[in-house]
Amino acid sequence: MDLIIERLSHSYDTVNVLSDITLQVPSGQIMCVVGPSGCGKSTLLRMIGGLERPSAGHVLQGGDVPPDCLNPLTFVFQDFALLPWRSVAGNIGLVLEDHPLDAAARAARVADVLARTGLSDFAKALPRQLSGGMKQRVAIARALAVNPAVMLMDEPLSALDAQTRELLIDDLVGLWMRAPFTAVYVTHNLAEAVRLGHQIVVLSRRPGRVREVMHLRIPLDQRTLADPVLQAAQERLWALMRDEALAADQELADA
Amino acid sequence: MHNPPPAPVPFRGGGFRPQRLRGVGVAVFVVLILVIEWGTRAGWISNLTLPRPSDVVATLVQLWKSGLFLQHVVPSLTRLAVGSAMGVLAGVAVGVMIGLFSLARAGLVPLVAALFPIPKIALLPLFVIWFGIDEGSKYALIALGTFTPTVVATFGAVDNVDRTLVRMGQSFGLKWWSIVRKIVLPGALPGILSGLRISLSIGIILLVAAEMLGAQYGIGAYILEAGSLYDLERLFAGVVILSSLGVVVSWLIALLEKRLLVWRS
Ligand SMILES: Nc1ncnc2c1ncn2[C@@H]1O[C@H](COP(=O)(O)OP(=O)(O)O)[C@@H](O)[C@H]1O
Ligand SMILES: [Mg+2]
Repeated sequence: MDLIIERLSHSYDTVNVLSDITLQVPSGQIMCVVGPSGCGKSTLLRMIGGLERPSAGHVLQGGDVPPDCLNPLTFVFQDFALLPWRSVAGNIGLVLEDHPLDAAARAARVADVLARTGLSDFAKALPRQLSGGMKQRVAIARALAVNPAVMLMDEPLSALDAQTRELLIDDLVGLWMRAPFTAVYVTHNLAEAVRLGHQIVVLSRRPGRVREVMHLRIPLDQRTLADPVLQAAQERLWALMRDEALAADQELADA
Repeated sequence: MHNPPPAPVPFRGGGFRPQRLRGVGVAVFVVLILVIEWGTRAGWISNLTLPRPSDVVATLVQLWKSGLFLQHVVPSLTRLAVGSAMGVLAGVAVGVMIGLFSLARAGLVPLVAALFPIPKIALLPLFVIWFGIDEGSKYALIALGTFTPTVVATFGAVDNVDRTLVRMGQSFGLKWWSIVRKIVLPGALPGILSGLRISLSIGIILLVAAEMLGAQYGIGAYILEAGSLYDLERLFAGVVILSSLGVVVSWLIALLEKRLLVWRS
């Protein structure tokens, strides 16, 4: 499924958060969104996912939804959003329970995504028994269980330490290589952006505007930390963001 | 110039963390009772001030043997169970509504705030007129007394449910009722259960008060009768039964918490 974001603007009361955003996410590609904190990345993502209404402009979805897709636009949250009173399998089952699937089909879907994310041995564990990286794997498995058309990921790795982040990036690349999915991936980490993005959108500080859209054509599984092309891309992104980030950092919250 | 010799870094952490000490609570009880027993035997506590603990025990044994124990305790337990079941169920329902609907919140929170501080026992004469002198007025009194604290605890607990979990439910297209049943209610359960502790203690207090004002059988009636005869042994026997009731209720809730809240770290 493709996403088209047209002339989208948003303000909260008097605060102008997003201004005139026009973007396209082609099917089967990952779009990374970077920008200084407070520039409206999460707000943009919530609007794409239909959790909030923009003040102006709209988000269009085009093309076909994959067969047996239960929830076309599916979020992965920064803080995992797992129910602490449900086991790993229960958390994944939760999002299937409102759909007309019989028990066997439901169990098969849960087992399938647990296997794909390497969680099969943890099906009965409670979230409090898991490390941060494992919790986010569960959240990713839950998102995959509904067979989404587009994954909307809001800083999914920001709550994790650097080593776990590397492992999960590899996991995401692996998942994408086996079955390419469409995603909007918000991050403030430029290394993540150049590892995962087919296109990288740089937003300015509030009100967020599109400053630049960078395209990277290297296949995801061939991207390494040391790749000079990616290094150059990351440096260029940082050059674009540096002044914005500095200015955003010095803004007063309620000025 | 010479340097002082190396000394260990002084420890300054620790504390501020209550430990679980087994047996201390029981020891306090035992010591207190032994001191009173000793005092009443030695004579420096007159037996008009406090009864001798061994006599109270003898009274309890006597009460059990005569069959009067069950005759008093069973009606009391029934009243407590029926009244607080009505109050707690209604309280959870209203509390959840206040937590979920702005209209219910705007309309009912002031009403609950107005009901909360009324000493419910003052309303007993009114309840007698409305519900009759028998069990009805006692149920109503206990129900109203447990209702208000349950409402307050429940809507506070619903307010404290992590909103990101609710957004998660919405983002996966869960139905409204699924979100309430599978996310809001379990998330509010810890708060509801700690509210239940307070509600049931209030329930016990009101139970006794209601029984004192008009009942033939019941722990309250037993205590009132003993009191009016200045029969301190029987009065204290009744008090011991009440304390044990409180301890049992609190233990039951702890058991419930242990069962239902294993997921908490
Ligand atoms: N519900 C809201 N009401 C008012 N202001 C909000 C709300 N949500 C976000 N904002 C404001 O909008 C701006 C953008 O927020 P957000 O999208 O979370 O930024 P980012 O994710 O890029 O850090 C911030 O200044 C924030 O304070
Ligand atoms: Mg954000």
